[in-house]
Amino acid sequence: MGAIFRREVRSYFTSPIGYIFLAAFYAYSGVMFANYSLESGYTRLDSVFSALLIIIIVLIPVLTMRTISEEKRTKTDQCLLTAPVGLGSIVVGKFLAAFLIYIIAIAITGVFAVIVSAFGTPDWNVVVGNIVALALVGGAYIAIGIFCSSFTENQIVAAVISFIALIFVSFLSTIGNLLPFEWLTTVCEKVSFGERYYSFTYGLFDFSNVVFFLSAIVAFLFLTVRVLEKRRWG
Amino acid sequence: MIEVINLTKRYGDKKAVDNISFKAEDGEVLGFLGPNGAGKSTTMNILTGYISCTDGKALIDGVDILEDPIKAKKQIGYLPELPPLYMDMIVKEYLYFVYDLKKCKLPKVSHLKDICGLVKIDHVYNRIIKNLSKGYRQRVGLAQALIGNPKVLILDEPTVGLDPKQIIEIRTLIRKLGKNHTVILSSHILSEVQAVCDKIIVINEGKVVANDTEEHLSQKLSGEHKLTAKIQGDKDKIVRAMQGIKGVEKVICDASHKDGVNDIRIEAKEGVDIRRDVFETVVKNGWYMLELKTSELSLEDIFLKLTMGEALPALENTSDKEGND
Repeated sequence: MGAIFRREVRSYFTSPIGYIFLAAFYAYSGVMFANYSLESGYTRLDSVFSALLIIIIVLIPVLTMRTISEEKRTKTDQCLLTAPVGLGSIVVGKFLAAFLIYIIAIAITGVFAVIVSAFGTPDWNVVVGNIVALALVGGAYIAIGIFCSSFTENQIVAAVISFIALIFVSFLSTIGNLLPFEWLTTVCEKVSFGERYYSFTYGLFDFSNVVFFLSAIVAFLFLTVRVLEKRRWG
Repeated sequence: MIEVINLTKRYGDKKAVDNISFKAEDGEVLGFLGPNGAGKSTTMNILTGYISCTDGKALIDGVDILEDPIKAKKQIGYLPELPPLYMDMIVKEYLYFVYDLKKCKLPKVSHLKDICGLVKIDHVYNRIIKNLSKGYRQRVGLAQALIGNPKVLILDEPTVGLDPKQIIEIRTLIRKLGKNHTVILSSHILSEVQAVCDKIIVINEGKVVANDTEEHLSQKLSGEHKLTAKIQGDKDKIVRAMQGIKGVEKVICDASHKDGVNDIRIEAKEGVDIRRDVFETVVKNGWYMLELKTSELSLEDIFLKLTMGEALPALENTSDKEGND
């Protein structure tokens, strides 16, 4: 796992992907911070955090699109799959590498909080809660992105599938509202990633939401392992 | 060391590998010979755990590759048809990565140095893999397979794309490695397998057509009874004289050139060596022998020969499982 993790992290920075991801995230979050907090003189960062959901839906597919598809295309998966390592550690190694890049990106929100603290006293519990939530929802999205990447040999296809999948799981509650059955609307609301993330930005730190995101990470990584396994048997 | 029992791989209706069984002992170099699409790579991919088999078993040092893949894979170094190289890495980084990936316990720096010396990639050690030539990429692939000093080396067409000098080097290297490792290599070049392997398995359309030692196989398949000659002289007289030689079955003149040189093809009964008689006949008649060679059997000839009923004694029985599915 360690070897794969190190190689992946390195490859994010030998290709433009890591830089593009970080630059785009910093630029967007900076604009949001300026807009929702600095200019309006508002010391609460919750609007900034809720605005960040959109950008991670757009950027995470870029981060994860090549994780497995590229290995399949260039046949380097033959090196990984014939080495004495389990499929689980391959997938987790890739996940952790993408997650590390993501954490480097969202760490900027900590800087925002420090800047804000110069002007007033931010509610640190809420800020930490928001950062944890952003990390969790991003982790779940990365797991979904890796899962989507395991279906195809084409990076672009992988990115598009992940983007659609992320839009879907994020705004499931909106889709649910259009449905004629109330129970279905409730179900959609419950499994909507966006809904659960926004509840953190309202300042509610609900452990069931933490568990939800952690389970989503585990579930999608597990499914990725199954896809790889199935490919071997196919 | 390696035991394959009734291995079958099915893709939909197509059987890529059909009930193959064979064994490779310790320190043996085993050659897989077959045309493209015969099932060589598929068999190797199954042996290395890259894909699974539909039926049957593959045991590496007594460990089933499907039951305990990690333990089995520890024994294997694999060079696939296309070396699995990360183009954006430098050779050193890549080899370090594979070393860590294989959880190798040998002293890192000296072990990698030994391997690089063995496959002669010292001077490209700090270059980006993307910029290496095909031959060097193949060597880096081979180096990757050698990391961890695995007992079994599986090499899929290791000399494809190399220049003649490199081919000879790699063959010598494989023979050297064969002393301490069990090596399985595949090829569609008969002479390559003959040059390197102790034992040859010929496969075609997923089935074992022949499984024998190199000497046996070449004896059985020797082309000594089929000659081609360039003889200067009168065409009809030559043909008649050749037909008069004891044991000759067929004489064909493929072409007659202006200067009286004829391309003659002579076929004798199997096992009869007529080279001396042909030579003497030419001398006696005052003709000139410009060229005389045994027709080399092409891979196609071998398959025809092996599949058209002229079975070898060691021919594998491949028909017993047919129709049972």
